[in-house]
Amino acid sequence: MPKWFMPLAAINALMFAASPFLIANADYEATMGLVQKIFYYHLPSAWIFLISAIVCGIASARYLFRGSPRHDRLAYAAAELTVLFGAIVLVTGPLWARKAWGVWWQWDVRLTASLMGWMVAWAYLLVRRYGGPGSDKLAAGLALFGMANVPFVYVSVNYWRTIHPPTTVVPTLPVDMGAALWFAVACFLLLFVLLLRLRVHLEEQRARLDSLYLSLDE
Amino acid sequence: MIRTAWLILRKDLTVEVRSLEIAYTTLFFAVSCVLFFAFALVKEGKAPEDGAAGILWIAIAFAGTLALGRTFERERQSETLRALLMAPAARPAIYVGKLLGIVALLVAAEMVLVPLVAFLFQAPLLSHPLWLAAVLISGTIGFAAVGTLFSAMLVRARSRDVLLPVLLYPITVPVIIAGVRATAELLEPDVELALVRFWVALLVALDVVFVTLALWTFEPLMTD
Repeated sequence: MPKWFMPLAAINALMFAASPFLIANADYEATMGLVQKIFYYHLPSAWIFLISAIVCGIASARYLFRGSPRHDRLAYAAAELTVLFGAIVLVTGPLWARKAWGVWWQWDVRLTASLMGWMVAWAYLLVRRYGGPGSDKLAAGLALFGMANVPFVYVSVNYWRTIHPPTTVVPTLPVDMGAALWFAVACFLLLFVLLLRLRVHLEEQRARLDSLYLSLDE
Repeated sequence: MIRTAWLILRKDLTVEVRSLEIAYTTLFFAVSCVLFFAFALVKEGKAPEDGAAGILWIAIAFAGTLALGRTFERERQSETLRALLMAPAARPAIYVGKLLGIVALLVAAEMVLVPLVAFLFQAPLLSHPLWLAAVLISGTIGFAAVGTLFSAMLVRARSRDVLLPVLLYPITVPVIIAGVRATAELLEPDVELALVRFWVALLVALDVVFVTLALWTFEPLMTD
Protein backbone atom coordinates (compact mmCIF):
# COMPACT_ATOMS: atom_id res chain seq x y z
CA MET A 1 0.00 0.00 0.00
CA PRO A 2 1.23 3.54 -0.67
CA LYS A 3 2.44 5.66 2.25
CA TRP A 4 -0.41 8.13 2.00
CA PHE A 5 -3.08 5.51 2.60
CA MET A 6 -3.15 5.22 6.40
CA PRO A 7 -2.94 8.98 7.18
CA LEU A 8 -5.69 9.70 4.68
CA ALA A 9 -7.82 6.90 6.07
CA ALA A 10 -7.45 8.41 9.54
CA ILE A 11 -8.38 11.85 8.19
CA ASN A 12 -11.39 10.37 6.43
CA ALA A 13 -12.54 8.69 9.66
CA LEU A 14 -12.25 12.03 11.47
CA MET A 15 -14.17 13.76 8.68
CA PHE A 16 -16.99 11.24 8.93
CA ALA A 17 -17.04 11.69 12.69
CA ALA A 18 -17.29 15.46 12.25
CA SER A 19 -19.90 15.46 9.49
CA PRO A 20 -22.95 14.82 11.77
CA PHE A 21 -22.15 18.05 13.68
CA LEU A 22 -22.06 20.12 10.50
CA ILE A 23 -25.25 18.49 9.28
CA ALA A 24 -26.96 19.06 12.63
CA ASN A 25 -25.94 22.71 12.62
CA ALA A 26 -27.25 23.35 9.10
CA ASP A 27 -30.64 25.06 8.87
CA TYR A 28 -33.79 23.01 8.93
CA GLU A 29 -35.51 22.79 5.58
CA ALA A 30 -38.83 24.65 5.86
CA THR A 31 -41.29 21.92 4.82
CA MET A 32 -39.52 18.66 5.58
CA GLY A 33 -37.60 19.50 8.75
CA LEU A 34 -35.44 16.77 10.19
CA VAL A 35 -36.07 14.22 7.42
CA GLN A 36 -34.32 16.43 4.89
CA LYS A 37 -31.00 15.85 6.70
CA ILE A 38 -30.65 12.43 5.09
CA PHE A 39 -30.02 14.32 1.87
CA TYR A 40 -26.48 15.18 3.07
CA TYR A 41 -25.55 11.51 2.76
CA HIS A 42 -27.95 10.57 -0.03
CA LEU A 43 -26.69 13.03 -2.63
CA PRO A 44 -22.93 12.45 -2.12
CA SER A 45 -23.38 8.68 -2.25
CA ALA A 46 -25.52 9.08 -5.38
CA TRP A 47 -22.75 11.09 -7.04
CA ILE A 48 -20.14 8.53 -6.02
CA PHE A 49 -22.45 5.79 -7.31
CA LEU A 50 -22.50 7.47 -10.73
CA ILE A 51 -18.78 8.33 -10.69
CA SER A 52 -18.01 4.76 -9.77
CA ALA A 53 -20.08 3.44 -12.68
CA ILE A 54 -18.19 5.81 -15.01
CA VAL A 55 -14.81 4.71 -13.65
CA CYS A 56 -15.89 1.10 -14.16
CA GLY A 57 -17.04 1.83 -17.72
CA ILE A 58 -13.91 3.73 -18.79
CA ALA A 59 -11.59 1.16 -17.22
CA SER A 60 -13.57 -1.61 -18.93
CA ALA A 61 -13.35 0.12 -22.31
CA ARG A 62 -9.60 0.46 -21.93
CA TYR A 63 -9.33 -3.17 -20.90
CA LEU A 64 -11.45 -4.24 -23.83
CA PHE A 65 -9.52 -2.30 -26.47
CA ARG A 66 -6.01 -2.32 -24.98
CA GLY A 67 -6.14 -5.49 -22.92
CA SER A 68 -4.13 -4.33 -19.91
CA PRO A 69 -5.05 -6.30 -16.76
CA ARG A 70 -4.44 -3.19 -14.65
CA HIS A 71 -7.59 -1.60 -16.02
CA ASP A 72 -9.51 -4.80 -15.54
CA ARG A 73 -8.65 -4.79 -11.84
CA LEU A 74 -9.70 -1.14 -11.58
CA ALA A 75 -13.02 -1.93 -13.28
CA TYR A 76 -13.67 -4.84 -10.93
CA ALA A 77 -12.99 -2.68 -7.89
CA ALA A 78 -15.19 0.13 -9.22
CA ALA A 79 -18.05 -2.27 -9.93
CA GLU A 80 -18.03 -3.45 -6.32
CA LEU A 81 -18.07 0.13 -5.10
CA THR A 82 -20.94 0.91 -7.49
CA VAL A 83 -22.93 -1.80 -5.75
CA LEU A 84 -21.93 -0.49 -2.31
CA PHE A 85 -22.73 3.18 -2.91
CA GLY A 86 -25.81 2.26 -4.92
CA ALA A 87 -27.06 0.37 -1.88
CA ILE A 88 -26.60 3.49 0.26
CA VAL A 89 -28.52 5.56 -2.31
CA LEU A 90 -31.32 3.04 -2.59
CA VAL A 91 -31.71 2.77 1.19
CA THR A 92 -31.49 6.47 2.06
CA GLY A 93 -33.72 7.50 -0.87
CA PRO A 94 -36.83 5.53 0.18
CA LEU A 95 -36.34 6.56 3.83
CA TRP A 96 -36.66 10.15 2.71
CA ALA A 97 -39.36 9.45 0.13
CA ARG A 98 -41.61 7.82 2.75
CA LYS A 99 -41.84 11.18 4.51
CA ALA A 100 -41.63 13.50 1.52
CA TRP A 101 -43.83 11.67 -1.00
CA GLY A 102 -45.73 9.33 1.33
CA VAL A 103 -44.49 6.22 -0.48
CA TRP A 104 -41.27 4.22 -0.28
CA TRP A 105 -40.86 3.86 -4.00
CA GLN A 106 -42.12 5.47 -7.20
CA TRP A 107 -41.53 4.18 -10.71
CA ASP A 108 -40.12 7.52 -11.61
CA VAL A 109 -37.53 7.80 -14.40
CA ARG A 110 -34.59 8.63 -12.18
CA LEU A 111 -35.39 5.96 -9.62
CA THR A 112 -35.89 3.33 -12.28
CA ALA A 113 -32.67 4.26 -14.08
CA SER A 114 -30.72 4.22 -10.81
CA LEU A 115 -32.09 0.82 -9.89
CA MET A 116 -31.18 -0.41 -13.36
CA GLY A 117 -27.61 0.91 -12.99
CA TRP A 118 -27.36 -0.85 -9.65
CA MET A 119 -28.61 -4.12 -11.18
CA VAL A 120 -26.09 -3.83 -14.02
CA ALA A 121 -23.32 -3.54 -11.41
CA TRP A 122 -24.69 -6.63 -9.66
CA ALA A 123 -24.83 -8.48 -12.97
CA TYR A 124 -21.21 -7.46 -13.57
CA LEU A 125 -20.15 -9.04 -10.28
CA LEU A 126 -22.24 -12.18 -10.89
CA VAL A 127 -20.67 -12.66 -14.31
CA ARG A 128 -17.17 -12.16 -12.92
CA ARG A 129 -17.74 -14.64 -10.15
CA TYR A 130 -19.66 -17.39 -11.96
CA GLY A 131 -18.89 -16.86 -15.65
CA GLY A 132 -15.70 -18.93 -15.69
CA PRO A 133 -12.80 -18.20 -18.02
CA GLY A 134 -13.26 -15.31 -20.42
CA SER A 135 -15.96 -13.71 -18.33
CA ASP A 136 -13.81 -10.66 -17.62
CA LYS A 137 -14.28 -9.41 -21.18
CA LEU A 138 -17.96 -10.18 -21.02
CA ALA A 139 -18.29 -8.17 -17.83
CA ALA A 140 -16.35 -5.34 -19.43
CA GLY A 141 -18.92 -5.18 -22.23
CA LEU A 142 -21.65 -5.04 -19.62
CA ALA A 143 -19.93 -2.18 -17.82
CA LEU A 144 -20.08 -0.08 -20.99
CA PHE A 145 -23.85 -0.37 -20.99
CA GLY A 146 -23.85 0.51 -17.31
CA MET A 147 -21.87 3.64 -18.10
CA ALA A 148 -24.26 4.62 -20.90
CA ASN A 149 -26.99 4.69 -18.25
CA VAL A 150 -25.22 7.29 -16.10
CA PRO A 151 -25.96 10.48 -18.07
CA PHE A 152 -29.51 9.23 -18.33
CA VAL A 153 -29.83 9.10 -14.53
CA TYR A 154 -28.27 12.52 -14.19
CA VAL A 155 -30.33 14.46 -16.74
CA SER A 156 -33.56 12.49 -16.30
CA VAL A 157 -34.91 14.80 -13.61
CA ASN A 158 -34.38 17.90 -15.73
CA TYR A 159 -36.07 16.59 -18.89
CA TRP A 160 -38.88 14.49 -17.51
CA ARG A 161 -41.34 15.97 -15.11
CA THR A 162 -40.66 13.62 -12.21
CA ILE A 163 -41.12 13.97 -8.49
CA HIS A 164 -37.44 13.61 -7.68
CA PRO A 165 -35.85 17.03 -6.96
CA PRO A 166 -33.85 18.30 -9.97
CA THR A 167 -30.09 18.87 -10.15
CA THR A 168 -30.60 22.63 -10.06
CA VAL A 169 -31.33 22.47 -6.30
CA VAL A 170 -27.66 22.23 -5.36
CA PRO A 171 -26.37 25.71 -6.37
CA THR A 172 -29.39 27.39 -4.77
CA LEU A 173 -28.72 26.01 -1.28
CA PRO A 174 -28.16 28.53 1.54
CA VAL A 175 -24.56 28.83 2.75
CA ASP A 176 -24.61 26.57 5.80
CA MET A 177 -26.58 23.82 4.05
CA GLY A 178 -24.17 24.07 1.13
CA ALA A 179 -21.18 23.84 3.46
CA ALA A 180 -22.53 20.70 5.14
CA LEU A 181 -23.31 19.19 1.75
CA TRP A 182 -19.92 19.87 0.19
CA PHE A 183 -18.20 18.59 3.32
CA ALA A 184 -20.19 15.36 3.04
CA VAL A 185 -19.29 15.17 -0.67
CA ALA A 186 -15.60 15.50 0.25
CA CYS A 187 -16.01 12.76 2.89
CA PHE A 188 -17.60 10.35 0.44
CA LEU A 189 -15.20 11.18 -2.38
CA LEU A 190 -12.19 10.50 -0.17
CA LEU A 191 -13.80 7.30 1.09
CA PHE A 192 -14.36 6.22 -2.50
CA VAL A 193 -10.74 6.88 -3.48
CA LEU A 194 -9.48 5.01 -0.42
CA LEU A 195 -11.73 2.01 -0.89
CA LEU A 196 -10.93 1.89 -4.61
CA ARG A 197 -7.21 1.92 -3.87
CA LEU A 198 -7.62 -0.77 -1.23
CA ARG A 199 -9.69 -2.98 -3.50
CA VAL A 200 -7.30 -2.57 -6.46
CA HIS A 201 -4.44 -3.42 -4.10
CA LEU A 202 -6.23 -6.61 -3.08
CA GLU A 203 -6.70 -7.59 -6.73
CA GLU A 204 -3.03 -6.86 -7.44
CA GLN A 205 -2.00 -9.15 -4.60
CA ARG A 206 -4.33 -11.81 -5.91
CA ALA A 207 -2.89 -11.54 -9.42
CA ARG A 208 0.63 -11.76 -7.99
CA LEU A 209 -0.30 -14.83 -6.00
CA ASP A 210 -1.76 -16.43 -9.13
CA SER A 211 1.38 -15.77 -11.14
CA LEU A 212 3.48 -17.18 -8.28
CA TYR A 213 1.42 -20.36 -8.30
CA LEU A 214 1.83 -20.58 -12.07
CA SER A 215 5.59 -20.18 -11.87
CA LEU A 216 5.69 -22.84 -9.15
CA ASP A 217 3.92 -25.30 -11.45
CA GLU A 218 6.36 -24.80 -14.26
CA MET B 1 -20.79 -5.20 -45.22
CA ILE B 2 -24.52 -5.15 -45.97
CA ARG B 3 -23.98 -8.08 -48.34
CA THR B 4 -22.20 -10.11 -45.65
CA ALA B 5 -24.95 -9.36 -43.15
CA TRP B 6 -27.53 -10.44 -45.71
CA LEU B 7 -25.63 -13.67 -46.42
CA ILE B 8 -25.46 -14.52 -42.72
CA LEU B 9 -29.15 -13.73 -42.31
CA ARG B 10 -29.99 -15.95 -45.29
CA LYS B 11 -27.79 -18.76 -43.96
CA ASP B 12 -29.48 -18.61 -40.55
CA LEU B 13 -32.93 -18.51 -42.06
CA THR B 14 -32.16 -21.46 -44.33
CA VAL B 15 -30.90 -23.53 -41.41
CA GLU B 16 -33.94 -22.48 -39.39
CA VAL B 17 -36.49 -23.19 -42.12
CA ARG B 18 -35.14 -26.73 -42.51
CA SER B 19 -35.76 -27.72 -38.91
CA LEU B 20 -37.93 -24.86 -37.58
CA GLU B 21 -36.54 -25.88 -34.21
CA ILE B 22 -36.14 -22.43 -32.68
CA ALA B 23 -39.33 -21.09 -34.22
CA TYR B 24 -41.50 -23.89 -32.85
CA THR B 25 -39.94 -24.09 -29.38
CA THR B 26 -39.93 -20.32 -28.93
CA LEU B 27 -43.48 -19.96 -30.08
CA PHE B 28 -44.68 -22.85 -27.94
CA PHE B 29 -42.97 -21.37 -24.91
CA ALA B 30 -44.40 -17.88 -25.54
CA VAL B 31 -47.91 -19.22 -26.06
CA SER B 32 -47.82 -21.30 -22.87
CA CYS B 33 -46.52 -18.25 -21.04
CA VAL B 34 -49.52 -16.21 -22.20
CA LEU B 35 -51.88 -19.06 -21.33
CA PHE B 36 -50.53 -19.24 -17.78
CA PHE B 37 -51.18 -15.55 -17.32
CA ALA B 38 -54.65 -15.94 -18.75
CA PHE B 39 -55.42 -18.78 -16.29
CA ALA B 40 -54.07 -16.77 -13.41
CA LEU B 41 -55.41 -13.32 -14.14
CA VAL B 42 -58.60 -13.51 -16.20
CA LYS B 43 -61.51 -14.05 -13.82
CA GLU B 44 -65.07 -14.52 -15.10
CA GLY B 45 -64.11 -13.22 -18.48
CA LYS B 46 -62.67 -10.00 -17.08
CA ALA B 47 -59.01 -9.21 -17.64
CA PRO B 48 -57.11 -6.88 -15.29
CA GLU B 49 -56.58 -3.34 -16.58
CA ASP B 50 -53.33 -2.81 -18.48
CA GLY B 51 -52.57 -6.50 -18.01
CA ALA B 52 -52.46 -7.29 -21.72
CA ALA B 53 -49.59 -4.89 -22.45
CA GLY B 54 -47.42 -6.26 -19.67
CA ILE B 55 -48.12 -9.87 -20.52
CA LEU B 56 -47.42 -9.39 -24.21
CA TRP B 57 -44.01 -7.94 -23.38
CA ILE B 58 -43.20 -10.55 -20.75
CA ALA B 59 -43.95 -13.25 -23.31
CA ILE B 60 -41.75 -11.50 -25.90
CA ALA B 61 -38.88 -11.08 -23.42
CA PHE B 62 -39.02 -14.70 -22.22
CA ALA B 63 -39.35 -16.15 -25.69
CA GLY B 64 -36.62 -13.81 -26.91
CA THR B 65 -34.25 -15.07 -24.22
CA LEU B 66 -34.93 -18.64 -25.29
CA ALA B 67 -34.35 -17.87 -28.98
CA LEU B 68 -31.19 -15.89 -28.25
CA GLY B 69 -29.75 -18.75 -26.26
CA ARG B 70 -30.38 -21.19 -29.08
CA THR B 71 -29.05 -19.26 -32.09
CA PHE B 72 -25.46 -19.20 -30.92
CA GLU B 73 -25.74 -22.58 -29.23
CA ARG B 74 -26.41 -24.02 -32.66
CA GLU B 75 -23.20 -22.46 -34.01
CA ARG B 76 -21.30 -23.90 -31.09
CA GLN B 77 -22.71 -27.41 -31.36
CA SER B 78 -21.90 -27.79 -35.03
CA GLU B 79 -18.58 -26.03 -34.38
CA THR B 80 -19.19 -23.47 -37.08
CA LEU B 81 -18.62 -20.44 -34.89
CA ARG B 82 -14.87 -20.59 -35.44
CA ALA B 83 -15.45 -20.88 -39.18
CA LEU B 84 -17.79 -17.93 -39.06
CA LEU B 85 -15.26 -15.84 -37.16
CA MET B 86 -12.40 -16.90 -39.43
CA ALA B 87 -14.31 -16.03 -42.58
CA PRO B 88 -13.06 -12.85 -44.26
CA ALA B 89 -16.08 -10.92 -43.07
CA ALA B 90 -16.21 -7.83 -40.89
CA ARG B 91 -17.26 -8.67 -37.33
CA PRO B 92 -19.96 -5.96 -37.27
CA ALA B 93 -21.50 -7.58 -40.36
CA ILE B 94 -21.73 -10.91 -38.54
CA TYR B 95 -23.40 -9.15 -35.65
CA VAL B 96 -25.90 -7.36 -37.89
CA GLY B 97 -26.76 -10.59 -39.70
CA LYS B 98 -27.39 -12.42 -36.46
CA LEU B 99 -29.40 -9.50 -35.08
CA LEU B 100 -31.65 -9.40 -38.14
CA GLY B 101 -32.24 -13.13 -37.82
CA ILE B 102 -33.37 -12.81 -34.20
CA VAL B 103 -35.56 -9.80 -34.99
CA ALA B 104 -37.21 -11.67 -37.88
CA LEU B 105 -37.89 -14.64 -35.62
CA LEU B 106 -39.32 -12.55 -32.81
CA VAL B 107 -41.49 -10.50 -35.17
CA ALA B 108 -42.89 -13.76 -36.51
CA ALA B 109 -43.63 -14.87 -32.94
CA GLU B 110 -45.28 -11.53 -32.19
CA MET B 111 -47.63 -12.02 -35.12
CA VAL B 112 -49.04 -15.00 -33.27
CA LEU B 113 -48.79 -13.52 -29.79
CA VAL B 114 -50.62 -10.26 -30.49
CA PRO B 115 -53.89 -11.84 -31.70
CA LEU B 116 -53.66 -14.42 -28.91
CA VAL B 117 -53.27 -11.79 -26.18
CA ALA B 118 -55.97 -9.65 -27.80
CA PHE B 119 -58.27 -12.67 -27.79
CA LEU B 120 -57.56 -13.91 -24.25
CA PHE B 121 -57.52 -10.52 -22.56
CA GLN B 122 -60.18 -8.78 -24.67
CA ALA B 123 -57.66 -6.08 -25.49
CA PRO B 124 -58.21 -3.85 -28.56
CA LEU B 125 -54.61 -4.43 -29.65
CA LEU B 126 -55.39 -4.16 -33.32
CA SER B 127 -57.17 -0.82 -33.27
CA HIS B 128 -53.95 1.03 -34.23
CA PRO B 129 -52.03 -1.63 -36.15
CA LEU B 130 -49.36 0.68 -37.55
CA TRP B 131 -48.49 2.23 -34.19
CA LEU B 132 -48.47 -1.18 -32.57
CA ALA B 133 -46.12 -2.45 -35.27
CA ALA B 134 -43.82 0.54 -34.70
CA VAL B 135 -43.76 -0.08 -30.94
CA LEU B 136 -43.19 -3.82 -31.30
CA ILE B 137 -40.49 -3.58 -33.95
CA SER B 138 -38.51 -0.80 -32.26
CA GLY B 139 -38.81 -2.59 -28.92
CA THR B 140 -37.77 -5.92 -30.39
CA ILE B 141 -34.71 -4.38 -32.06
CA GLY B 142 -33.61 -2.83 -28.77
CA PHE B 143 -34.08 -6.08 -26.87
CA ALA B 144 -32.41 -8.21 -29.54
CA ALA B 145 -29.50 -5.77 -30.03
CA VAL B 146 -28.31 -6.29 -26.47
CA GLY B 147 -29.31 -9.95 -26.48
CA THR B 148 -27.40 -10.84 -29.64
CA LEU B 149 -24.24 -9.23 -28.30
CA PHE B 150 -24.39 -11.01 -24.96
CA SER B 151 -25.43 -14.40 -26.25
CA ALA B 152 -22.55 -14.26 -28.74
CA MET B 153 -20.17 -13.43 -25.92
CA LEU B 154 -21.61 -16.07 -23.62
CA VAL B 155 -20.98 -18.88 -26.11
CA ARG B 156 -17.70 -19.60 -24.39
CA ALA B 157 -18.82 -18.98 -20.80
CA ARG B 158 -19.48 -21.79 -18.38
CA SER B 159 -23.03 -21.19 -17.12
CA ARG B 160 -24.34 -19.41 -20.19
CA ASP B 161 -28.00 -20.33 -19.75
CA VAL B 162 -28.14 -18.72 -16.34
CA LEU B 163 -26.03 -15.72 -17.21
CA LEU B 164 -27.91 -14.58 -20.30
CA PRO B 165 -30.97 -13.33 -18.38
CA VAL B 166 -28.71 -11.94 -15.66
CA LEU B 167 -26.93 -9.79 -18.23
CA LEU B 168 -29.85 -9.06 -20.48
CA TYR B 169 -32.70 -8.03 -18.20
CA PRO B 170 -31.12 -5.17 -16.22
CA ILE B 171 -29.97 -3.52 -19.43
CA THR B 172 -33.19 -3.98 -21.36
CA VAL B 173 -35.38 -2.69 -18.52
CA PRO B 174 -35.86 0.71 -20.24
CA VAL B 175 -36.86 -1.01 -23.50
CA ILE B 176 -39.43 -3.16 -21.73
CA ILE B 177 -40.78 -0.20 -19.75
CA ALA B 178 -41.13 1.97 -22.86
CA GLY B 179 -42.70 -0.92 -24.79
CA VAL B 180 -45.20 -1.71 -22.05
CA ARG B 181 -46.17 1.93 -21.52
CA ALA B 182 -46.64 2.53 -25.25
CA THR B 183 -48.68 -0.64 -25.69
CA ALA B 184 -50.79 0.15 -22.64
CA GLU B 185 -51.46 3.60 -24.06
CA LEU B 186 -52.61 2.05 -27.34
CA LEU B 187 -55.12 -0.03 -25.37
CA GLU B 188 -56.78 3.02 -23.80
CA PRO B 189 -60.29 3.84 -25.07
CA ASP B 190 -59.13 7.27 -26.29
CA VAL B 191 -55.52 6.93 -27.33
CA GLU B 192 -53.22 9.89 -26.77
CA LEU B 193 -51.00 9.55 -29.82
CA ALA B 194 -48.52 12.19 -28.61
CA LEU B 195 -47.68 9.92 -25.69
CA VAL B 196 -47.27 6.89 -27.95
CA ARG B 197 -45.05 8.94 -30.24
CA PHE B 198 -42.91 9.91 -27.25
CA TRP B 199 -42.40 6.30 -26.17
CA VAL B 200 -41.63 5.19 -29.73
CA ALA B 201 -39.08 8.01 -30.02
CA LEU B 202 -37.51 6.83 -26.76
CA LEU B 203 -37.41 3.26 -28.09
CA VAL B 204 -35.73 4.39 -31.31
CA ALA B 205 -33.19 6.39 -29.28
CA LEU B 206 -32.46 3.32 -27.15
CA ASP B 207 -32.11 1.22 -30.32
CA VAL B 208 -29.52 3.64 -31.67
CA VAL B 209 -27.56 3.63 -28.39
CA PHE B 210 -27.65 -0.15 -28.01
CA VAL B 211 -26.79 -0.98 -31.61
CA THR B 212 -23.93 1.55 -31.63
CA LEU B 213 -22.50 0.19 -28.37
CA ALA B 214 -22.88 -3.38 -29.58
CA LEU B 215 -21.21 -2.74 -32.95
CA TRP B 216 -18.40 -0.99 -31.14
CA THR B 217 -17.78 -3.78 -28.61
CA PHE B 218 -18.58 -6.85 -30.72
CA GLU B 219 -15.17 -6.96 -32.36
CA PRO B 220 -12.96 -6.92 -29.23
CA LEU B 221 -15.37 -9.20 -27.40
CA MET B 222 -15.36 -11.88 -30.08
CA THR B 223 -11.58 -11.93 -30.35
CA ASP B 224 -9.71 -14.27 -28.05
